[in-house]
Amino acid sequence: MYPIIKKQKLAEDIYLMQVKAPAAAKNAKPGQFVILQIHEKGERIPLSIADFDRNSITVIFSVVGKSTQELAKLKKGNALAHFAGPLGNPTEIMEFGTVCLVGGGFGAAPLYTIAKAMKKAGNKVITIIGSRNKKLLFWEDKLKKESDDLIVMTNDGSKGGKGFVTDALAQVFKRIRLNLVFTIGPPAMMKEVAKMTKHRARTIASLALIMLDGTGMCGSCRVNIGGETKFACVDGPDFNAHAVDWNTVIKRNKRYEKEEKHACRCIK
Amino acid sequence: MRTPLRENSPSDRVKNFSEVSLGYNEGEALKEAERCLQCKNPLCVDGCPARIDIPGFIKLIKNKKYPEALEKIKENNNLPGVCGRVCPHETQCELKCILKPKKEQISIAALERFAADNGGKQKIPKIKKLKKKVAVVGSGPASLTCAADLSLRGYNVTIYEALHKPGGVLQYGIPEFRLPRKILREEIEYIKKLGVKLVVDFVVGKSAKISEISNDYDAIFIGTGAGLPRFMGIPGEELNNVYSANEFLVRVNLMKAHKFPEYHTPVKKGSKVIVIGGGNVAIDAARVAKRLGAEVTILYRRSFDEMPAKVSEVRHAQEEGIEFLMLTLPLKIIGGEEVKGVECVQMRLGEEDETGRKEPIPIEGTELTLECDQVVMAIGQTPNPTIAKTKEVMVGGRGQIIVNENMQSSMENVFAGGDAISGSATVIKAIGDGKKAAAKIDEFLKKK
Repeated sequence: MYPIIKKQKLAEDIYLMQVKAPAAAKNAKPGQFVILQIHEKGERIPLSIADFDRNSITVIFSVVGKSTQELAKLKKGNALAHFAGPLGNPTEIMEFGTVCLVGGGFGAAPLYTIAKAMKKAGNKVITIIGSRNKKLLFWEDKLKKESDDLIVMTNDGSKGGKGFVTDALAQVFKRIRLNLVFTIGPPAMMKEVAKMTKHRARTIASLALIMLDGTGMCGSCRVNIGGETKFACVDGPDFNAHAVDWNTVIKRNKRYEKEEKHACRCIK
Repeated sequence: MRTPLRENSPSDRVKNFSEVSLGYNEGEALKEAERCLQCKNPLCVDGCPARIDIPGFIKLIKNKKYPEALEKIKENNNLPGVCGRVCPHETQCELKCILKPKKEQISIAALERFAADNGGKQKIPKIKKLKKKVAVVGSGPASLTCAADLSLRGYNVTIYEALHKPGGVLQYGIPEFRLPRKILREEIEYIKKLGVKLVVDFVVGKSAKISEISNDYDAIFIGTGAGLPRFMGIPGEELNNVYSANEFLVRVNLMKAHKFPEYHTPVKKGSKVIVIGGGNVAIDAARVAKRLGAEVTILYRRSFDEMPAKVSEVRHAQEEGIEFLMLTLPLKIIGGEEVKGVECVQMRLGEEDETGRKEPIPIEGTELTLECDQVVMAIGQTPNPTIAKTKEVMVGGRGQIIVNENMQSSMENVFAGGDAISGSATVIKAIGDGKKAAAKIDEFLKKK
């Protein structure tokens, strides 16, 4: 069992959970993910690593379906049945020059450790985060600390700039040459980021796809990268954003929407 | 005459996941054991990759010494309940049986299973423990066998499994109606009682590299299987409702998606499902789809004669109403949001290819479209890539770990076996490898 050492509500329907899992934490690096299971009947839930130390891993999740509803009910002192990781390849960290990190929604959680590592590697780090409204924002302070510049965008303008992360990115492009753009969040957002950066900057997208084992066994997370079938769990999760077949990613990630809603009704 | 094996009726069994084959009762087992000629030079043993003393255990069954019969099998194979059910006996021990030419070969599989199911609780032998430690990576048939054998030789063995449940392909791949999980659980429990420690949720190559584990263990065995599913590379494979057989089977066998929403992992239930492939995995996927309520058709580009699947499983599938379209090659999966059908072409068989099977050649002008709302790709797997990606051990072109005749990899203290070195093969081949590796590791550690 893997004890929950901290649980915190970060924003509307967005929670942080710090879990004691030394085996998964020991070799964890920014950009990797874990798979956890609440109990034996639960799904294997893949979540990005939001933070880690040598003993524990912190994940951030949004309540979207039955499994995450159940996860949100757990408290400090409860334990998870299973917790495996770190999975996937770490994000490539080196001195690129000026790096722009673009994240949206709860999926932006890994940006904190990535910003920290990019900064440490000698990069100038510009971070853009976006959400629908200010109630869904989190970790601005932490991101601010690790970034040279933090730009907050909300769709309704309730905090920061009004609009999308791509609006902010367009402004950044106007004033500075970017050596690397790294994007993480909803596929529809990343697709727009990739469109904007094409021919302008090397862009890496971190793909969170539907997975089961996370070790290259099931093929659920297959994705077309430049005409080749790749598995996000073992070949990714980071890919050249300009080579990703975004429409398929968006479609495939909706595969179980109906079942998730059905399951939600069952426990409410 | 061979004593027939009783089975659940096809009309009943397609409604549930209970075991199809019912096994022998005592009377049937005794009758079958009686037929064994007890050859002085038993050819059946040569046909068994684990070299079980087959006449020996059959004789013990004949004398109603069931625990002793099971013990006899366990001298060579620690997974008798598993093997008695899923091992392809008809192409191995039973093929070599001296009665085979008369088509009256002994039903060794059924007798093995009878011994496993009726041998009672096994005594745990007294083992003199050594100081040396061995790590076993993965918990499929090769790893379980290697771990048990090493533990019996006195080594301190720890198995590291990436998933949340042990068993590897026996857990995630083979459906319950061929291998009830109770049997698997009991055989793994026995191996644990031999002193083998089991750690789940530990992804070797990720949670720790081989070189890190090497610091704590004297030797390592890698039995990580052939997990990575292959795709055909045809248009439409990315459509929703096109599954790899692995994903489809993992959802049902490991995650119990057929019991959704009690179990939280969903699976799409097609009404018309096309399974592509001709191996045991294709048959398993087809029979699972049938049990989820679909009409199922298997497409295979060669003919029945070339099908690698077990003959008895093909028969079971046919009895259950699964259709087989032989000499049919899918060209394209059509659909928009969802799958609508598969465009195919008919094939004829040409000359033998490098695998010794006749090469299928498309016949022009025979294109046809088959309607369906789900496709399962079961065209094979290549070795799991997680360890290969660490670049610590040398791997071949298909990602297989390269070993020498002693099952030793490019790292001196690291051995490997099963599908991880060969690509997809059979459970018993993996067991054979696990045994051989245990012996070689023992030799290696004694010299050290």
